[in-house]
Amino acid sequence: MTAHDDHDHHDQHASGELGEMELRVRALQSVLTEKGYIDPLALDVLIDTYQTRVGPRNGARVVARAWVDPGFRDWLRQDATAAIASLGYAGRQSEHMVAVENTATHHNLVVCTLCSCYPWAVLGLPPTWYKSAPYRARAVRDPHGVLRDFGVTLSDSTDVRVWDSTAELRYLVIPRRPEGTEGWSEERLASLVTRDSMIGTGLAKSPQDTQ
Amino acid sequence: MSYRSHADLGGRHGFGPVVPEAEGELFHAAWEARALALTLAVGATGAWTIDATRSARETLPDYADSSYYAIWVKGLEKLLLGHGLIANAELAEGHARGTPRPLPRQLRAADVAATLARGAPTLRPATTPPGFAAGDRVRTRSGEVPHHTRLPGYARGKLGRVEQVRGTHVYADSNAQGLGEQPQWLYTVVFTGSELWGEDAAEGLTVSVDAWEPYLEPVT
Repeated sequence: MTAHDDHDHHDQHASGELGEMELRVRALQSVLTEKGYIDPLALDVLIDTYQTRVGPRNGARVVARAWVDPGFRDWLRQDATAAIASLGYAGRQSEHMVAVENTATHHNLVVCTLCSCYPWAVLGLPPTWYKSAPYRARAVRDPHGVLRDFGVTLSDSTDVRVWDSTAELRYLVIPRRPEGTEGWSEERLASLVTRDSMIGTGLAKSPQDTQ
Repeated sequence: MSYRSHADLGGRHGFGPVVPEAEGELFHAAWEARALALTLAVGATGAWTIDATRSARETLPDYADSSYYAIWVKGLEKLLLGHGLIANAELAEGHARGTPRPLPRQLRAADVAATLARGAPTLRPATTPPGFAAGDRVRTRSGEVPHHTRLPGYARGKLGRVEQVRGTHVYADSNAQGLGEQPQWLYTVVFTGSELWGEDAAEGLTVSVDAWEPYLEPVT
């Protein structure tokens, strides 16, 4: 079996679970509600929070601020948790933040090989690929190959650092500011900052990409 | 019985390409969102720690064949059953039986925002000086660990350098076993690609892990 067949198999398996898992989760929710262990209304608030309130636009605002404000950038380097909290983003799965900056010769990539650790308050819930076996397996061994899967090729002179999130520190990549954005507002700059660029599997969009 | 994690994937071969996904795609079925919310709501009761949750998931025998949120559901059921908070018959019927054992807290809808904002910081006051300083050369411990641990297999028995001292944090290994927080100094330890992967490593590659002090021994 090829690696690609293996992936298809996994997807098929996941879709085959739908009926069974739907029933299983409903049963679990009923039992836990009847026991008084959970407030079903809290479930709706939790889902709404991560579907509509918390997502990668938070991180994009952090990055845009770092691009325009050297004082904020220094603060991010010194104490990313406090700097990010000053913009209103803090809490669960972002209690201890570390910001890492890309340069012309140094690229950062974040992974959690052991599970799916990710800075929720800053980037929202992790994408499926971040939690998947292919990414977790290859990011630490073959980051250039992973980047190619995302259509990104780095110059030969670029060193790559992979940060494996093995404890409770959560990493945010500060991508390079695209050229041709001098004088742009923070809001406009934030529109160039993709989720993937803050994980390190992408670069910030260039002004041409948005036209 | 030996402890086996099925989640330690770093460096393994044969999983194929990474498939990118658009930013807005969060859940692929309604039950996935509910699985997330149930896990967070039960986690907030204080019945167990996040480290115990990770341990329950990574030791699921069908981990490799389960989708991500299926792992969460199975891990949650396993913990609830293991702590005697639910019974298999209740799951089968979808109804509770008898009088439930009380839990420390219930997460109310009105408290969700504040609870998420508070999070669960793991930094604790230091009671000992750190054993290592930035720049120190260290070797990571090797061999089997008979319980949940956060030193990935690919980084065991490897020579690295302490890059940053991160303070004393709740120790995942003890916390996962219900043995308390036992805070330990935490370090970001960096390895060269060639130390981890030999000659195949990409030029200029470095990989770091965050390692608690018991994972490290000094290199003189």
